[in-house]
Amino acid sequence: MNFRSLISFIVLILILGLFQILFLKNLALFGIAFCFIYLVGILSIPLQIRSVPLLLISFGVGLVIDIFYDTLGLNAAAVTFLAFLRPFWLKILRPNGGYDESTLPTLQEMGIGWFISYALPLIFAFCLVFFIADQWGTGSFIGVVNKSLFSSIFTLLLAIIVQLLFFKRRRGI
Amino acid sequence: MLRILQFLYRLRSFLLFVLLEVLAIWLLVANNSPQGAAFFNSSTSMVGSMLETQSDVRDFFSLAEANEALVNENSRLMEQLKSLKTDPDSVELSLDSVLSSQFKFLGARVISNSLRYAQNHLTLNKGSEQGVKPGMGIFNESGVVGRVKSVSSNYSVGISLLNNDLLISSIIKSTGDFGSINWDGKNSQTAKLLYVPRHVKAQVGDTIVTSGFSAVFPRNINIGIISNIIQSGDPNYLDIEVALTTDFSKVSYVYLVENTEINELDSLYQKSEITNEF
Repeated sequence: MNFRSLISFIVLILILGLFQILFLKNLALFGIAFCFIYLVGILSIPLQIRSVPLLLISFGVGLVIDIFYDTLGLNAAAVTFLAFLRPFWLKILRPNGGYDESTLPTLQEMGIGWFISYALPLIFAFCLVFFIADQWGTGSFIGVVNKSLFSSIFTLLLAIIVQLLFFKRRRGI
Repeated sequence: MLRILQFLYRLRSFLLFVLLEVLAIWLLVANNSPQGAAFFNSSTSMVGSMLETQSDVRDFFSLAEANEALVNENSRLMEQLKSLKTDPDSVELSLDSVLSSQFKFLGARVISNSLRYAQNHLTLNKGSEQGVKPGMGIFNESGVVGRVKSVSSNYSVGISLLNNDLLISSIIKSTGDFGSINWDGKNSQTAKLLYVPRHVKAQVGDTIVTSGFSAVFPRNINIGIISNIIQSGDPNYLDIEVALTTDFSKVSYVYLVENTEINELDSLYQKSEITNEF
């Protein structure tokens, strides 16, 4: 990870976080489909990152989002879970020849089929933790699964759109 | 010893994960109790000023609506004022001047609000420098909105009525029976009226107002209208659904109310060993 890609990565996280806080905070399609677009930032961290910095970055980003949401710990808990699962899931999805050192786990670099199978389960795990913690003791399990399922599909759709529109091909982020 | 350290080092990411999760859950639990200390939240000055700028832009588009609501409220207040003013030829007896100044009111603007989660909060653009204190009631012209949870110097965070943790002492206006309003987390337009005994003759369409027992809100502020009464379930209490009069998706200007005698009441409760947690 060179200096240039580090800067562009920080800018990416900032823009996505700002978009999340300003526009998506109270958006919920049909009352059940939420969108967590800032996860695209966590998902597109380069492949060779070690798991400890990944966990710390995710926790920090989640905490900042939480301060704006007034739900201290909620996003942080969920996104840390996502970051914990990410290396294992990447290992499972590894192509035959292994990953290329410089590739990023994004739609442009890896193709749409790989990206969906990479992002959807991770986002779903995030949503599951998020809504279980949010509705602890009050909501039904079916309601939680329902919200998680539709939220993860909605987030994935928006993630694909964002990557198609704003990510450049073969030049870092 | 070295083996153990090596083993722990190999597990480091898992251990860090567990540590961070425990930290997050601790923050979540510590931060969600209605009276507990709040750590970071949107009343922090930097976050607050950012949210205020955002709401400046957003509120610009609903100015006409806010104006209309204020004008309606003004005209209603003028009517009340007229009936309170004594005619020059009548005799006025001042009964108890302490009662009349029991509540202090403040105005504020909501700069951030949520309604989709199980614990919803709102952020107001007034803080301790403007006289806001934790525990003050929040309402607007159509009904109760919530309660102040924590304050910084220029901003404050309130628990919305749409929050599982908030109970509001209330009565059925027509019969006078009291209960507690609590949100069930499902729909931002309905809440539940709890602890109303089965013998009470409540009817669909009855108005629910604040009771004035809890020393947070004065009497007779609207909360909602009974939309459904279910007899089944609990053997002791009725299951009453209330349609809230406040439209939480449009809350922009609110009033804050402070009971100036809350300290005296609290010490009285403590002396008589009553724990009154509303």
